[in-house]
Amino acid sequence: MKILVCISHVPDTTSKINFVNGDSEFDTNGVQYVINPNDEFGLTRAIWFQEQQAANVTVVNVGGPDTEPTLRKALAIGANEAIRVNATPTDGFFVAKQLAEVVKSGGYDLVICGKESLDYNGGMVPGMLAGLLGYNFVNSAVEMTVDGTSAKVGREIDGGKEIVSASLPLIIGGQKGLVEEKDLRIPNMRGIMTARTKVLTVLEPVAADNNTKAVKFEKPTAKSAVKLFSADDLDGLVSALHNEAKVI
Amino acid sequence: MSVLIYAESADGKFKKVAFELASYAKKVAESLGTTVTAVTVNAGNVSELSKYGVDKVLKVTNDKLANFNAKAYADVVKQAAQKEGAKVIVLSSTTDSLYLAPLVSVGLEAGFASNVVGLPLSTSPFQVKRTAFSNKAFNITEISTDVKVLSISKNSFGLVETASSVSEEDFAPTLNDADFSVKVESVEKTTGKVTIADADIVVSGGRGMKGPENWGMLEELASVLGAATACSKPVSDIGWRPHSEHVGQTGKPVASNLYIAVGISGAIQHIAGINSSKVKVVINTDAEAPFFKVADYGIVGDALDIVPRLTQKLKEFKANNS
Repeated sequence: MKILVCISHVPDTTSKINFVNGDSEFDTNGVQYVINPNDEFGLTRAIWFQEQQAANVTVVNVGGPDTEPTLRKALAIGANEAIRVNATPTDGFFVAKQLAEVVKSGGYDLVICGKESLDYNGGMVPGMLAGLLGYNFVNSAVEMTVDGTSAKVGREIDGGKEIVSASLPLIIGGQKGLVEEKDLRIPNMRGIMTARTKVLTVLEPVAADNNTKAVKFEKPTAKSAVKLFSADDLDGLVSALHNEAKVI
Repeated sequence: MSVLIYAESADGKFKKVAFELASYAKKVAESLGTTVTAVTVNAGNVSELSKYGVDKVLKVTNDKLANFNAKAYADVVKQAAQKEGAKVIVLSSTTDSLYLAPLVSVGLEAGFASNVVGLPLSTSPFQVKRTAFSNKAFNITEISTDVKVLSISKNSFGLVETASSVSEEDFAPTLNDADFSVKVESVEKTTGKVTIADADIVVSGGRGMKGPENWGMLEELASVLGAATACSKPVSDIGWRPHSEHVGQTGKPVASNLYIAVGISGAIQHIAGINSSKVKVVINTDAEAPFFKVADYGIVGDALDIVPRLTQKLKEFKANNS
């Protein structure tokens, strides 16, 4: 089984979010980048398939040379090889077009993406990739097994879970649950050393439209200070929720 | 050209988000000088949509669509959009709609913006405001394609009543076997409990609850308010509560009208996940807890002391106000 794991290179979840150049660009100053958490759950599941079912795992990212440490980290965790499409990921459709080319030429059976990235939160790349390729697609996947050419996938639904089956090739929009937090791996020294010699192929992008453009960013307006009630004035809180906030 | 919405229903009844979409679409349609069409799948009585400005309903009734299936439903929405010549398709942010939106967008060669939190800032160029960086910022996105797909953040627009006379039309889109190649094997759904996705009020507990044995009081508080219960990440990590209740940046997002955080200090990742909630209340022993910086109302005190008394006060309030 050939697995492709799509990796977004995103600011660490504790990062301060600021903008520069007239609020048109994200301020990368001092920001630590990580594998997008939703992708990391998928990557770790892919490594499980590699160890248990002899799968071959390739990781791919659409990004500039500065994203290579994130791909090296994925290699250190255990991916067999990496691909970087050398382009700035300006739009979800553009990224999906690039990934579709990689999937077509690589003949992957299973493509695991995170259901959304934690920077733009677009949540569109896995679905668009499936739409472009005409492959089966399951989003919000929280568990997955593969038997021969078919997969069983647990999908989160509002208020529960649904189990679906689909034949390969299959695109997954994954999240926590594919593996648990405690199963995530920190690269060990041997992994880091071998990652240095693994193949990282750089591909040039194919021509594709940008359907959307982020023209400007804004920070939420500062909110007014919290209104405190003493532990003995619960009537005050109830009254404020009813009369002032009008939420009960 | 019309503005198209997919009005979601469950067991034949419209979800509240269907009315929010209709309210939103009506305003967009007014600014474009056009009308609103809703496409429904196995919905019962569609006349309720007339309260929120829908002019026309395309009713799809098909047993094969009894279970949600993203590919098939995307095909339904796509064909409805093509039939109506819709230039703007408005979807919700439910798990199902977020699943089908990118498929619809590729099918219609339309640009897609998710997490939209307001009416278009301009329709030419077409610009919308959306949340990004996990609610830590907003971003103005311009969609340059002729057809646009938007998914609207829950509770970001609200309900606006506009009476309309609605015309109904049966609609039978062409579906093929490939639409059903992902098959539903089984569905596990919690019944009789308000889900985090549907809830207007969410009561959430953190480590300040001191142990899983104390969750009964939170559930009672939630039940008085008709709320869903949720928890912070540490609580689900140590196994006090199931992962399905974990809310935050890597858990479920919450966009309720009222979010009550009990014994949650307010790590930046937690705040990111719940920040779209309108009104936030915090109960925590530590007055320096970061949650107090983002909350609207707060009480410094021990959750185990305050929660049962608050529940009692709310019971009395409900008894006097119903």
